[in-house]
Amino acid sequence: MVDPPRGTFPYGSSPTPAAHTAAQPPTPLPPERITVEGLCVDYHGVVALHEASLRVAAGSICGLVGMNGAGKSTLFKALMGFVRPSRGTIRINGAPLAQARREQAVAYVPQTESVDWNFPVSVADVVMMGRYGRMNLLRRPRPQDRQAVRESLERVALWDLRDRQIGELSGGQRKRAFLARALAQGATVLLLDEPFNGVDIRTEGLMVELFEQFRREGRSVLISTHDLAHVRGFCDQVVLINRTVLAYGAIDEVFTEENLARTFSAVMAGLEASPGGIR
Amino acid sequence: MEALLWLTEPLSHAFMVRALLVSLLVATVCGLLSCFLTLKGWALMGDAVSHAVMPGVVIAYALGLPFAVGAFVFGVGSVALIGYIKQMTRIKEDTVIGLVFTGFFALGLTLISKLRSSIDLTHILFGNVLGISTADIQQTLLISALVLAVLLVFRRDLILFCFDPTHARSIGLNTGALHYLLLAVLSLAAVAGLQTVGIILVVAMLVTPGATAYLLSDRFDRMSWIAIASAMLSSVVGIYASYWLDASTAGCIVLVQTGLFLLAFLLAPRHGLLAQRSR
Repeated sequence: MVDPPRGTFPYGSSPTPAAHTAAQPPTPLPPERITVEGLCVDYHGVVALHEASLRVAAGSICGLVGMNGAGKSTLFKALMGFVRPSRGTIRINGAPLAQARREQAVAYVPQTESVDWNFPVSVADVVMMGRYGRMNLLRRPRPQDRQAVRESLERVALWDLRDRQIGELSGGQRKRAFLARALAQGATVLLLDEPFNGVDIRTEGLMVELFEQFRREGRSVLISTHDLAHVRGFCDQVVLINRTVLAYGAIDEVFTEENLARTFSAVMAGLEASPGGIR
Repeated sequence: MEALLWLTEPLSHAFMVRALLVSLLVATVCGLLSCFLTLKGWALMGDAVSHAVMPGVVIAYALGLPFAVGAFVFGVGSVALIGYIKQMTRIKEDTVIGLVFTGFFALGLTLISKLRSSIDLTHILFGNVLGISTADIQQTLLISALVLAVLLVFRRDLILFCFDPTHARSIGLNTGALHYLLLAVLSLAAVAGLQTVGIILVVAMLVTPGATAYLLSDRFDRMSWIAIASAMLSSVVGIYASYWLDASTAGCIVLVQTGLFLLAFLLAPRHGLLAQRSR
């Protein structure tokens, strides 16, 4: 595999930006994929996120770590524009969310459990769904859409299996199909909800390989997880969340015992678990 | 020769020709829609809507309005009410559905007994396709054209909405609008369906062809063709059977549908019982 030239994007592969804790306002940084400032989200008076701020650089694999109910799903929903924040701003690639959505910048990769694998669609159909936001009302694929689907499927090595029904794929192939959809969409920010649940070690390795390619291309991958080993294994940045962003930045600096203790302290969370994906 | 006569003799009656044409049309509409409903898991919703249109039909007849108008108002109204109660209380959806549709159905039953109009309760409950009036045929034509147009134009969006609503929303599709579009179309199709088999059995038209086809195909396009074909076949065979056996038309149509489902359940090449046993 040939690596694309490095340094095309800011933060091409390394170095990662310095760590910042929520308490210390960060110094200005070069262009970021995700910029969240003072984000507050509440559902009918129940606070889900309070004064959350974070930055994710272009070209990074960022772990989003927190307990169930800590606000990981809420943050994802906010980044996709599903919830209206009561305060704060979100910018994707420096632009407001509405523009990011028009540009198809944010892709969501669902949890394995939340997908109906018996649904009568082919692998190519699923990847084509990544293109719908760029098509006209009838969603009739144009040559460039077919081309994008082909390229995306080839990148995840599923082109030969494109006519299979989606459920006929193995666990790892299924994950790659949804990553191909995000690629076909042309997303620069990928949100992955617990991507390693029920995934074997080999599949995990293949996925991480893809994430590293995405990083080199300047995409940013935000992975929600509660598995610290994953984060230590291949993330270069981390966001610690417990109803607010406790700390974010380079992993060596943020992943301290003290920060982790605060992340997993039930006193601050105290919310019931919310299993399942984003609906 | 004998067999041919068996087929042609009923066609010498105008009412039989009309019944066959109307039910073929209804089969097309309901067959196609049934694919979306089975994949979305909205069978119970179909049952609810078809029962809830009853007071609308009664009121429309009493006021001399086209029955489709009344049915549509109450169909959409029931769906809106179900959504509202579910949102505002802690009651689970299936309970709300059961609650709302029986309430509406009871209202229809009471109205029909007090209004003492020319409406025949059994025609509404069990259909009257052999005695269908020209005005009713015109309405069914209009409804069918509308439903088919919506399902064809928004086919890809609706498939995506059924498969992965989160992705649909994240790329900027209006999933709220798609939700209500599908429900509105469901209300209309229920009205068309009750022409042939009546309120009680219309849910069979809205579910069984899709379920049969789902066992026979892993592609949406093929599934919809199979669903339409099986719905059409059931209507024709059912109407002929009802003619020669002098039996309930609605009963015969739905029995044939159920029979086709059982065949698929047993013999479907991949998802049938025998195929699974021999695996």
